[in-house]
Amino acid sequence: MNNIRFSDESLALVQKMIQRYPEGRQKSALIPMLHVAQAEFDGWLAPEVMDYIASLLNIQPVEVYEVASFYSMFNLKPVGKCVIEVCRTSSCWLLGAEDVIRHLENKLSVKVGGTTTDGMFTLKSVECLGSCGTAPMMQVGADYYENLTLPKVDQLVEKFRHDGKRKCYTDQPENVTI
Amino acid sequence: MGKKLLLQHDHVPGIHSYEVYRKHGGYASVEKAMKQLSAEAVVEEIKKSGLRGRGGAGFPTGMKWSFLAKPPGVPRYLVCNADESEPGTFKDRYLMERHPHLLIEGMITSSFALGANTSYIYIRGEYFYVSRILEKAIEEAYANGWLGKNILGTGYDLDLYVQVGAGAYICGEETALLESLEGKRGNPRIKPPFPAIAGLYGCPTVVNNVETIAAVVPIVTMGGDEYAKIGIGKSTGTKLISASGHINKPGVYEIELGVPVEEFIYSEEYCGGIKNGKQLKAVVAGGSSVPILPAHLILKTVNGEPRLMSYESLSDGGFATGTMLGSGGFIVMDEDTSIVKNLWNFTRFYHHESCGQCSPCREGTGWMEKILHRILHGHGKISDIDLLWDIQGKIEGKTICPLGDAAAWPVAAAIRHFRSEFEEYVKNPGSIQDVKHYYRLNNLTEA
Amino acid sequence: MPKVTIDGQMIEVPDGTTILQAARMIGGPIVPPAMCYYSSLKTSGGYCRTCIVKVSKGSEKDPRPMPKPVASCRTTVMDGMEVQNITSPEVVEARKGVVEFLLLNHPLDCPICDQAGECHLQDLAYEHGLSKTRYEFERRTFEKIDIGEKIKLHMTRCILCYRCVKVADQVTNKRVHGVMNRGDVAEISTYIQHAVDNDFSGNMIDVCPVGALTDRTFRFQSRIWNVNPMDAHRDCKTCSGKVTLWMKGNDVARVSARKDKYGEVIDWICNDCRFEKKDAHDWQMDGPTNIERHSVISQNHYSLKEPAHKPLLNTLYTAPADRQLNSNN
Repeated sequence: MNNIRFSDESLALVQKMIQRYPEGRQKSALIPMLHVAQAEFDGWLAPEVMDYIASLLNIQPVEVYEVASFYSMFNLKPVGKCVIEVCRTSSCWLLGAEDVIRHLENKLSVKVGGTTTDGMFTLKSVECLGSCGTAPMMQVGADYYENLTLPKVDQLVEKFRHDGKRKCYTDQPENVTI
Repeated sequence: MGKKLLLQHDHVPGIHSYEVYRKHGGYASVEKAMKQLSAEAVVEEIKKSGLRGRGGAGFPTGMKWSFLAKPPGVPRYLVCNADESEPGTFKDRYLMERHPHLLIEGMITSSFALGANTSYIYIRGEYFYVSRILEKAIEEAYANGWLGKNILGTGYDLDLYVQVGAGAYICGEETALLESLEGKRGNPRIKPPFPAIAGLYGCPTVVNNVETIAAVVPIVTMGGDEYAKIGIGKSTGTKLISASGHINKPGVYEIELGVPVEEFIYSEEYCGGIKNGKQLKAVVAGGSSVPILPAHLILKTVNGEPRLMSYESLSDGGFATGTMLGSGGFIVMDEDTSIVKNLWNFTRFYHHESCGQCSPCREGTGWMEKILHRILHGHGKISDIDLLWDIQGKIEGKTICPLGDAAAWPVAAAIRHFRSEFEEYVKNPGSIQDVKHYYRLNNLTEA
Repeated sequence: MPKVTIDGQMIEVPDGTTILQAARMIGGPIVPPAMCYYSSLKTSGGYCRTCIVKVSKGSEKDPRPMPKPVASCRTTVMDGMEVQNITSPEVVEARKGVVEFLLLNHPLDCPICDQAGECHLQDLAYEHGLSKTRYEFERRTFEKIDIGEKIKLHMTRCILCYRCVKVADQVTNKRVHGVMNRGDVAEISTYIQHAVDNDFSGNMIDVCPVGALTDRTFRFQSRIWNVNPMDAHRDCKTCSGKVTLWMKGNDVARVSARKDKYGEVIDWICNDCRFEKKDAHDWQMDGPTNIERHSVISQNHYSLKEPAHKPLLNTLYTAPADRQLNSNN
């Protein structure tokens, strides 16, 4: 169980995060650290990973479980390499989010919440992502894909499949230059 | 063309970079605040400006700042609420993505005014890439001496950090945000004490929305009195409106408060009218939680006066015939929109986002969603409509935080203004076509 | 010392007293019910909303009424404050709503629940609720699990009062359970198979207002009104040793902490006293536990000497002598 360990690079990043907070308030780093952990350990937070984070912060494992299970961006079960999150709220919904979701369900042969048998895609529908003016939209990893049409969705899926890479929130975004 | 204060350089290429931003007068408010004014004088300017919180509640910012307790030897914090999650709202993302230095500048000036030496920007996790943009801007600000030790030789120190959330609408509520920032579940705190007395780490804290902090920059630069001349009545200054839905030109618009709603919807300068030449049916004017209004009431008040984009005019008539400016999430619906379906969509959202701490919200939001789902699928009863009305009334005002109200108001307003549509769903279920259905009790542990 | 008036009764209380505490000092029917608040647990209260009251006057200094009903357990009294509880029809109505919400997903399995008879939700529903439900959907259910050797967690019954979490935080030295997920799928859990194993973990059972956490050494052994509560004590190195023994004849069926009239534990007791000392010889008896007259637990402990009314049947019909049942048979 104790093979879980951050890479040196991540460990350095995490140590830096912990220093952002006043003495005795290191638990504040928990959520940013869980993001790093999720990105590093296959896109989800296994109990052993959460226990490892607890040990780094010197808190009880249950404190990590409580937090991880509260926030919708943390996956507590294994997911595909690309988690496609389609916004289903309000303006996206008014402008065809359901069609996008249905299209993806058919295309990937999974239901919302499911992962394709090849482990490539997980399809999720999520609440408002703050992209209402460019609806409908979906998020994959760090990137927002906006003003979706069904052909555009097809192209994106092919692109992700071709890339074959795991997508994480913490990635450098492809759509935006920083 | 209305006056632009926040987006005046929106067209300038590279305005997100430090050099370009500085060349266009960036960081002048910091210089003015620290060299010409004092911390107290900045607070005075904000009070004079009449600025009201841009996150949704519209509470006067100057007053909020003056409530901040200042016990000696205790650190104070400024926390920027960048957890923008109210459906229909995307102005903060726009501002941070394109004008990161405006927010950083506002944070420095505001932190100076409040005497905070450590400040945080709490941004929703989904905006991870925006947090990178902000972090880069912060790095540039450090490199140019606007952050760190002894800023501008005044002896004032400030450290600024970006904190990402991880997917929870409730963290937009200021005390839930502070809990989350402390590394906990986003459960709102029971108030009092208010953050101004005991906020982050139990210390006095001010939590302000991104747009509010950004507005501090022009206010300090131009002076509070000048700022107060812009806008109408107690709705001073400009406001970013996130326009979306069935309109020709969705996007973020900076308006001078007081623009007529009709002009905002139909003029080419703003939304450019309803998409595909359809008729306007209804508008949710300030993010999903504010009462929906039918076309005739959003364009004119019940007294027949033109409705304006301002705090007062939008709330004219109370909830009976009015609504709220809220976060400025302006969602437009055309004649083909089903109000019942839309309400179900909103209610599902609140059900999904309830933190589960207090019973009326935890249980009531799910109950309302289930009833709406039943009505939508032709299995409703007329008594369901009254039951919905009763449930929302038993949630509103009975919960720890405003999420309960936010879930209750849309239900009340939809029934108030569109009851006949609900009755139609009950009486003629056969007439309902193509109810697309992606309802799933979302177990959050599921992928 | 601030003076506060609750439903027309004035009382002077120490600074920092909450409305609920002040009401308890006055006593009687004006005391708001509380499902999550627990005097001895810090930061408890505020969640269930059953204790909400109307503050019709904020204070002498600022007489404005508070705009919304407030949780009396978490609102401090101010001098001159005026509070309406049962005298406010709005509060009574709002409380009915809260009770309905709390019962919405509750299984109502009282006939097979060990807590029946000492269940605060049962009392609350009886005193403040509606007699029928308007909820017509499937209720939320969870599988029963053992959290530790001696404690059963039946999450389906839980009302998320957070008391057990606070006990684990404040009374035991290590918390291994908590609230997972959010909204109406939030649950008390250890997340992974993890035994709650601690000298004081048994107190979680006593603070649970419903039958979500029960004593595995007592489950299904007896209805609570069929055992006799006796105060007893023993010399214990870990805790006060002051307990209530629930006696079935001469046998100790259950050991619990002693509770006050609001159902709150007076002294936390250790697991050794609670689970291991099930022999009457382990204990010194202090006498019968004082049980509130209205409680169903008092059913078998107070009997009238003569029936007030003879059964109606006997006066109408007496069976012939040869057909009568012989009580000696």
